[in-house]
Order: sequence, then C-alpha cells, then structure tokens
Amino acid sequence: MKPGNKRQTRRNSHFTPFVPALLSGTTGIRAAREMKEYSALKVLTNTLTGNRGWKPAWRKAEPKPSYDVIIIGGGGHGLATAYYLAANHGITNVAVLEKGYLGSGNIGRNTTIVRSNYLLPQNIRFYEYSMKLWESLSHELNYNVMFSQRGILNLAHSPAQLDDYIRRGNAMRLSGADGKVLYPDEIARFVPGLDLGGSQRFPVVGGLLQPRAGTARHDAVAWGYARGADRHGVDIIENCEVTGFLRDGGRVTGVQTSRGEIRAAKTAVAVAGSTSRVLKLAGIDRLPIESHVLQAFVSESIKPFVDTVVTFGGGHLYMSQSDKGGLVFGSDLDGYNSYAQRGNLPVIHDLMSELLALFPGLDRIRLLRSWGGVMDMSMDGSPIITIGPLDGMYLNCGWCYGGFKATPASGWCFAWTIAKDEPHAINAPFGLDRFYRGMLIDEKGQGPTPRLH
Amino acid sequence: MRINCPHCGLRDLAEFTYQGDASRALPELSAQTGSWNAHVYDRENPAGLHREHWQHSGGCRAHLRIERDTLSHAVSEAVMVRPSPPVKNQPIRSRGRK
Repeated sequence: MKPGNKRQTRRNSHFTPFVPALLSGTTGIRAAREMKEYSALKVLTNTLTGNRGWKPAWRKAEPKPSYDVIIIGGGGHGLATAYYLAANHGITNVAVLEKGYLGSGNIGRNTTIVRSNYLLPQNIRFYEYSMKLWESLSHELNYNVMFSQRGILNLAHSPAQLDDYIRRGNAMRLSGADGKVLYPDEIARFVPGLDLGGSQRFPVVGGLLQPRAGTARHDAVAWGYARGADRHGVDIIENCEVTGFLRDGGRVTGVQTSRGEIRAAKTAVAVAGSTSRVLKLAGIDRLPIESHVLQAFVSESIKPFVDTVVTFGGGHLYMSQSDKGGLVFGSDLDGYNSYAQRGNLPVIHDLMSELLALFPGLDRIRLLRSWGGVMDMSMDGSPIITIGPLDGMYLNCGWCYGGFKATPASGWCFAWTIAKDEPHAINAPFGLDRFYRGMLIDEKGQGPTPRLH
Repeated sequence: MRINCPHCGLRDLAEFTYQGDASRALPELSAQTGSWNAHVYDRENPAGLHREHWQHSGGCRAHLRIERDTLSHAVSEAVMVRPSPPVKNQPIRSRGRK
C-alpha cells in the first residue's frame, strides 16, 4: 500500500453539518409512503384470500451489462449502502453482488448487540449516529427489525476498572450518548441471577449501563434493507461471485463475475471478512487487515432469565436472551488467522467458565448451537470507510467484531462517500491512510496486534 | 486443532500462543518510512497456507514456525524458529581436571 490519499486528507479538517435522515423529514416520510406493503389491512385481506397477494421481498435480478454503482457484498453493510444510495442520493442504477445467498455472512452470524458505548470521540460520533439511525430504522424501512433497547451493562470487577468505565461513561455523555453507573445493590435488582461475588474471584464492584443500547433481529436488518433497496430499483444479484476486476489503465471499470462481466463507473467493496481475498483480485496484496474467526453460541430456550445485555469485565463475555428464549453469547476471537468460519475448543472452555462465574444457576443449561464467522481485524481495531485504494473503487472493511451495530451508519456514510466522492465528516477519520499518517483510532490501545482488539 | 511441537510431540492448541505472521521481514535500517509503515501495518492475510510464529507457552516455551492452512486449520509443518545451539555433554566436575 502506498501512503496518502490526498483528496481525503484535505477534507479531514472540514466538518459538514449533517441532520439525521429521519429528522430531515423527507426520507422517512417518502419511504413510508412508497413502502406500505405490510399493514394490518394487508394481513387481513391476504388471510382471507389464501396469502396470494404478497410480493417477494426482493426480485431475483439478472445482471445487466452496466450500472452506475456496483456494490460487492450482499451483507448488512452492502445492502444498507445500496438502500441509502437510492433513498438519500437518488442513485438507483445499482447492483449488489453476493457470492452466496443474501445475508449468508456475518449479518446472520453475530450476537445481535447494538451499542455506542465507546471512549474515543471519532468512535462515539460514528456509533452514536448509528444508534440514532437504529432508533428509527423499523419506521424508515417499514420493516420490523425488532430493535429492542434493553440496555447493555458492562460489569467492573475492580475499583480501577470501574474508574475506567466511569471515564468512558463521561466521554459518552459529553458526546451526546447515554450512560449510567450502577453499583452492586442496583445491579442485583437489575440482573437477578447474577453472582455478585463472581464466584469470589471476580467480585462485581459496579458497572456501566448504556440504557439505549440493546439488540435487533439481525436477519430482518438484511431483509429490510434488501427490500427497501429493491423497491427503489436496485438489482440484488445472488450467487454471483466476483472473480476479477476490469481495469482501464489504473482505473477500475467493473468486475468479472461467475455470471459474466459487469461494468460500472464506481465499484464499491463491502466484503468484511474476505476483504484481503477480494482486493487480491485487484492486485492489492497487502492491507492493514488480518482475518480471524469469532465464535458465537446459543443455548436451549429457557423462560425469561435476563432482560438486558450483560458483559463480563474479568475476561470477555457478552450475553443476552433472544425472544425465543435462547441465551445468546460470545467471547474473544480464537486468536489466529482463519477463514474457516469455525473455531476451536479452548475459547469455548474459557467462555463457559466465565459464564458460570457470573451465572452459576446456568450450569445445567445445554448448548444448542455454536458457529463461527470471519472477522476483518484491522490494525487499530477500527473500521475503514474510504475512497480508493484504486481509482473508481470505494472500500468499506475492517469491522473487527463490531460490524453489526454499525450497519446503518456504515451504509449511510459509505453511500455518501460513493455519491459525493468525498467522505462525510463522520467517516472522514476512518480512511485507509490513517495507518500511514499516525492517526490511528485505537480504542483499546493494543497497537498493531489484531487478535487483541 | 493440535500442533506437533518438535520437542513435545502432538499437543493441544490450548498450550500454544499465537504470535502472528512469520513471513514479514524487517526492512533495512536505512529504508524509507513507507517501508516501515508497511512492515508494521500491512499483512498478506492469505486464504490458504500461512507461515506463522507460535510459542509453546504452556509447554517447553520454544518458539515455533508453523505452516498452517487458514481455510482448514490443518498444520503441515512445525519447526523450531532457530535450531538449538549444540549442547556440550561434558559433566561439570570434569572441567577442572585437565
């Protein structure tokens, strides 16, 4: 990689004022008017007429020879980008290319947590904007993404750790997010079933609660954005793997796919997990990214047990309960490069130990399913949403394991960047050139060791 | 996943610590800043055979160089990063007698 994207560097200093899409009025109302497909009346009439009145949520589009914009990757971020390109910028001659079926990657593999409890100003601004989009997303798409603001509670196990959380909470509140410190007596009422002694080794001394955080139905997010994009005329092309890039001199002019050549003025890549593989096809052999596997788990369904998201600060564990009753939880990366979408036993062993330290009452609960997803681990733990690295190309990657909560803002910012050929102020700090300018956004201060972010 | 440690034989993954890509070479000291940037931040990140360093931290503590397939996790080679220096087997007591 060559350092420096001059155009982007110059723009970093200026701040474009912005208004959230819903508050600006036009997008939300227009979307609602155009997309009233699902209503109580529709459900009633379709019930009486044998459910023959429904349309598929998206067409099985055939690739056209050329588009204004091609988006590689039909996951959450790619679909959100297509939706906002059409809804916010009026660019509807767009194709989303997905190598498998829609939403078969990390949008359907995460633990569904949405939060904006970050310390660094660039991160809070970005994730808090995402949170605001989440709060109106079901309305915007007229599709129930089941966003449930049940809160996220980070448990602290030493006074020093609690001080650190209080600092982060203050940073969040200063940037317009919400945060609240809870002490053990409040935590005991908030999360019954929690062993405040942490089985004595990790006693709970307090916690940082973000009340507006929560969970969302991850598949519905993909389906909702897909339907929204489709209704604006975007072609969603599944089973269409990119096998190469078309070049005219240095400029990218389209892609070769398993379903033929497709040309486009602008080619956007949103394939987190496979970014290195796809960019290798364009001749870019090295990126500030390693691919790692992260595992996730669901237990058998039980009665309502926990109505928030709880995280363990003595190691790494996050747990919530799905609407079906299964406990959904995850832990650290396995910690070695992998594209295998499956992990190994040591992490599972650690995770179960942590789970039982917090919730001893769960020791008879059986594990129902576990799976793995491939993460783009960037060198500072923060994402990349940028113009380039080649002419005619736009890159959205490096989501580490925080991509799901970012889906709306990622698509919103990436669409802006593609449409206007400049990053929005919110994603300007997340350029690829930051690694060469010393402007890293390293939330955990771990340095270029991706497995630790 | 298990790794065949040259000292200890086939041992479980839990005993090992990952230390990253072993294919990176330090640039010359006189190299430009860009080369150092690339060395610190850029990775090839292949889907397939990957050369990497591990330490048998829960065993003999040796540093190993391993070739592993990132698509299947199959380890095809595990060798010492550096061959051990030759060990002198002379008993300590015999030293002073000559």
